[in-house]
Amino acid sequence: MIQLQGIERVFDVGGQQVHALREINLRIGRGDYISIMGPSGSGKSTLLNIIGLLDRPSAGHYLFEQRDITALSDNEQAQVRRERIGFVFQFFHLIPRLTAAENIELPLLLSGVPAAQRHDKVMRTLSAYGLAERAHHRPEQLSGGQRQRVAIGRATIIEPGLLLADEPTGNLDRASGHEVVEILEQLNAHGITLVVVTHDPELGQRARRRLRMVDGAIVEDTGYGA
Amino acid sequence: MNFRDRLAYAFTALRGARLRSGLMLLAMAIGVAAVVVLSALGEGARRYVVGEFSSLGTHLLIVLPGRNETTGGAPPLVSETPRDLSLEDAEALKRSRHVRLVAPINVGAATVSWGGRERDGVIMGASHEIYEVRHFTMAQGSFLPPGDVHHPQPVAVLGARLKRELFGVEPALGARIRIGDRRFRVIGVLQEQGQSLGMNTDDLAIIPVTAAQSLFNVNSLFRILVEAQSREAIEPARRHVIATLKARHDGEEDVTVITQESVLATFDRILGALTMTVAGIAAISLVVAGVLIMNVMLVAVAQRTAEIGLLKALGAPARAIQRLFLTEAALLSLLGATIGLAIGQASTAVLRHLYPKLPFGAPLWAIAAAILVALGTGLAFGVLPARRAARLDPVQALAKR
Repeated sequence: MIQLQGIERVFDVGGQQVHALREINLRIGRGDYISIMGPSGSGKSTLLNIIGLLDRPSAGHYLFEQRDITALSDNEQAQVRRERIGFVFQFFHLIPRLTAAENIELPLLLSGVPAAQRHDKVMRTLSAYGLAERAHHRPEQLSGGQRQRVAIGRATIIEPGLLLADEPTGNLDRASGHEVVEILEQLNAHGITLVVVTHDPELGQRARRRLRMVDGAIVEDTGYGA
Repeated sequence: MNFRDRLAYAFTALRGARLRSGLMLLAMAIGVAAVVVLSALGEGARRYVVGEFSSLGTHLLIVLPGRNETTGGAPPLVSETPRDLSLEDAEALKRSRHVRLVAPINVGAATVSWGGRERDGVIMGASHEIYEVRHFTMAQGSFLPPGDVHHPQPVAVLGARLKRELFGVEPALGARIRIGDRRFRVIGVLQEQGQSLGMNTDDLAIIPVTAAQSLFNVNSLFRILVEAQSREAIEPARRHVIATLKARHDGEEDVTVITQESVLATFDRILGALTMTVAGIAAISLVVAGVLIMNVMLVAVAQRTAEIGLLKALGAPARAIQRLFLTEAALLSLLGATIGLAIGQASTAVLRHLYPKLPFGAPLWAIAAAILVALGTGLAFGVLPARRAARLDPVQALAKR
């Protein structure tokens, strides 16, 4: 599904070149469950941003579903994100003035899905994540676990092929963190490709394939089937 | 993202920042209301003056002694002392098929007294014709009778207020009043009319023109009003008046003839320009409101960085984000303009109620211009913040909580 070849990412910080990613080669298959671990500043979030098309590599090639993504324009990349990629963030990134239902509806809104179809999908998603009674609550009226479930609902309502999670449990207590992980793993079990960036070794160990990064390079890869 | 969804989204965004949106609406509303009220005032003044001129009578020519126009060339060798207009001049003007009525006028101030009460009044010497020319209406009695102007009857017609102040509720008809050192019998009272071109007919006492001449001890006339037969006859009548008076004044063209239309057109132009100027000044406040909108939208972009980052992550192209913020700016200015329009129209209605004589009302072009300028500035000043939002880097935007 994803093929990274010789990906480099160089930031220019105050005139100094900082290598955030060096020589990354990575293949991710459909339905994989991968965790990326490593110390702060090791480049795991940068890698996730590049995989998620939020950032462009300085060098190298990125094939997403056999397409060379690096050659696409910003608008074409946006379309790929809109249709194929879901994001789950550490800080949820829900829009505070919108209700749970409206937050979940957002990707459909951006894709121009007609209102009638949107409503059905949103309702189904809400009840799938046990949020049916919270549909008209705003984020501030929801617990952390509920907020992250809304965020997952938002990420998955477009039925993406790839789900990227950046510290999905980083801001949650153990119980709701566990709940969220189970939801993500269930989605993976149903075929979605799941990439999780985390500090938490316990969460990292659950993945079938585990990457460890240090100083912008992948230093350990348990590989397929490990 | 389709238009309706964008509108709804922009609306929730505006509702999410009530104070900010409220302030912007206020600025826009004040701007639009200012344009509406000020142009309504200007337009009211214009319509009032135009209306006043029309009430003077249609197809009117005003003959003044002396020449006002400046001509080029060397100064005249023979000095041109303008001759006064005389009653005979006025009579001579009647002899044209283009002229319907001729009304000579004399004006002076004198003390009017009755039964121990006295008051300074404006005395107008006139003839029967003025009644039609000036569109007077009678409240009581009758106007000056037609007849030989050279043998005037000692009769007077009083303006409504003058009558009230002299007589109170007592009957004035038939009463003998004193104007200056002469006695007159009141034969009529005018209907209340109010201000009419700087002369308040309510304060007038009208007496036969020859009586006024002997009262003020003059032989001249203040001016002669000539009413042409029709609109088409105005120009031939004007030529007739000038030719006749020139012949009578030893070949010297020493009178000025103002046609009502030319005066009307001039006032119309001046006051129209005034309205435009005032509306233009008010429009500056709209531009100020536009700058405020830009300022507040920039703050909104800064505050909603995370939201913009999220929208980008969810696959909103830069264009969609730009449109979203422009929609917000447009919505704000349109709402503000609507509120301003309502406030403006309401104030205009209040003004009309307070001053029923003045026909206040914003002209349609001013309303349309105000709304267009409001929308235009809102959009123009919304472009910069919207582009800034669209250009945000999603990674950095999301990093900001």
